[in-house]
Amino acid sequence: MNLESLYREEWRRVLATTVRVTGDFDLSEEAVQDAFVAALEQWPRDGTPANPYSWLVSTARNRVVDQLRRRARFAEKQMEMERVAALEESEIILSEAALVDDQLRLIFTCCHPALAVDAQVALTLRTVCGLTTEEIARGFLTPVATMAQRLVRVKRKIRDAHLPFAMPPRERLAERLDGVMLVVYLVFTEGYAATSGKAWIRRLLCDEAIRLGRLLCELIPRNPELRALLALMLLHDSRRMARSGPDEEVITLEEQNRELWDRREIAEGVPLLESALRQGANGEYALQAAVAALHARAERAEDTDWAQIARLYGLLLQKHPSPVVALNRAAAVAMAEGPSIGLALIDGLEKQGELAGYHLLPAARADLLRRDGRPREAAEAYRQALALVANDPERRYLNRRLAEVEGLTT
Amino acid sequence: MEYLLLIYDNEADWAKMSEADQAAMYKDYGGFTQSIQQSGNHKAGQQLQPVATATTVRVRNGKRVVTDGPFAETREQLGGFYWIQAKDLDEALAIAERVPSARVGSIEVRPIVTGH
Repeated sequence: MNLESLYREEWRRVLATTVRVTGDFDLSEEAVQDAFVAALEQWPRDGTPANPYSWLVSTARNRVVDQLRRRARFAEKQMEMERVAALEESEIILSEAALVDDQLRLIFTCCHPALAVDAQVALTLRTVCGLTTEEIARGFLTPVATMAQRLVRVKRKIRDAHLPFAMPPRERLAERLDGVMLVVYLVFTEGYAATSGKAWIRRLLCDEAIRLGRLLCELIPRNPELRALLALMLLHDSRRMARSGPDEEVITLEEQNRELWDRREIAEGVPLLESALRQGANGEYALQAAVAALHARAERAEDTDWAQIARLYGLLLQKHPSPVVALNRAAAVAMAEGPSIGLALIDGLEKQGELAGYHLLPAARADLLRRDGRPREAAEAYRQALALVANDPERRYLNRRLAEVEGLTT
Repeated sequence: MEYLLLIYDNEADWAKMSEADQAAMYKDYGGFTQSIQQSGNHKAGQQLQPVATATTVRVRNGKRVVTDGPFAETREQLGGFYWIQAKDLDEALAIAERVPSARVGSIEVRPIVTGH
């Protein structure tokens, strides 16, 4: 067996079970690391054990026992010594059901609401996905030392505040699952954002988010909102090859070469979403995924069912009011019913003032003015957007559009 | 595990409340206290005097500095605490959210160092 791939695959499962067996999050992480190192030394020499997974868990457990015993002896605590002895002799249950529970417990502990959201994201990537601290730091454009510190703090809180390594009770499951889904979605959007980090690390984050989504769908089958989240990520991810040019310029949906869309992900995402909707999914992720599915279905940009997309954004706006969703809706209404109606909606949003300083507001206005055949006003709006935009790929796109409409005014 | 539930609320809001509303709040506290006494979670709990009676003690460079007033100027003041027993943070949080002032103020849940 290839140890490196085993490491990636099994890290999570080995850690989850080791935490369950030992009850110590922090010691377990180090111990699992040590167990993999020991495997790397011993397996090539002595042969791979019959059950590598159970070998890794018992090795890690023994390391934790050593650590605890050293501490207990140092503190001369009889009670601790007895606990360690019991742990050493504990039977490691490795049924399939127990393994599923262990992994769920690990995920729910990492995404506990008593932890700061950025700490939840970092801890999930570290312990559930097995990413290195460096990889996580790069993904979130954070210095490695800061990220390391964040992980140390969050593990200390888990230990000192006595966070349970447990599934939430039934009545809190939906609320807690929302938190878990948010973490998965944040990992995905961080990877998907065209604004930060190197391509390979963004790819890694998207892949990990989709993997987490799949894992959760496996562990908690028949949950419609989870399946909708996975569908949403697959459908967005399907456009990854088409959504930026060779110089990383943003390519809008309308201009994307749809031949480059990942048909495999679309073929998986659309039916997944349909089954989720039939099961009653109607949350934020389901509605966004439904929008993405309508885009995926359109063979050409002009085939897009904008009226339906505008309706979906309308629903999303009712459920989760946000000025950004309102802006998306305005753009969809404009595509369905004509630029002037969209422009009126955008004017209304501007008056509310919540999107002040947000470059996509003037950018959307500019786009509609351009479509409406008003290049002079469009140029002015593009200039406003350019004054606000913070990232290069989008700036390049806006500059190109500005040059286009300026060409029309002279 | 043992936890302390620290109750934060706004004294000015409390002072502005009608006597009937204050009485209703005290009644809620009585009910809550009794219920966690019955469930075995209760260790101790007291209402504190208004923040104007507070004194803060600090030690700077090994020297004690005594000042009048609470530890920080915020909109909410520490108004009381519950000292509870709970098997883990989740149980403590579930109890904290039942403190009547959770509706209008904040409850800080702080684990208590044990084993010393």
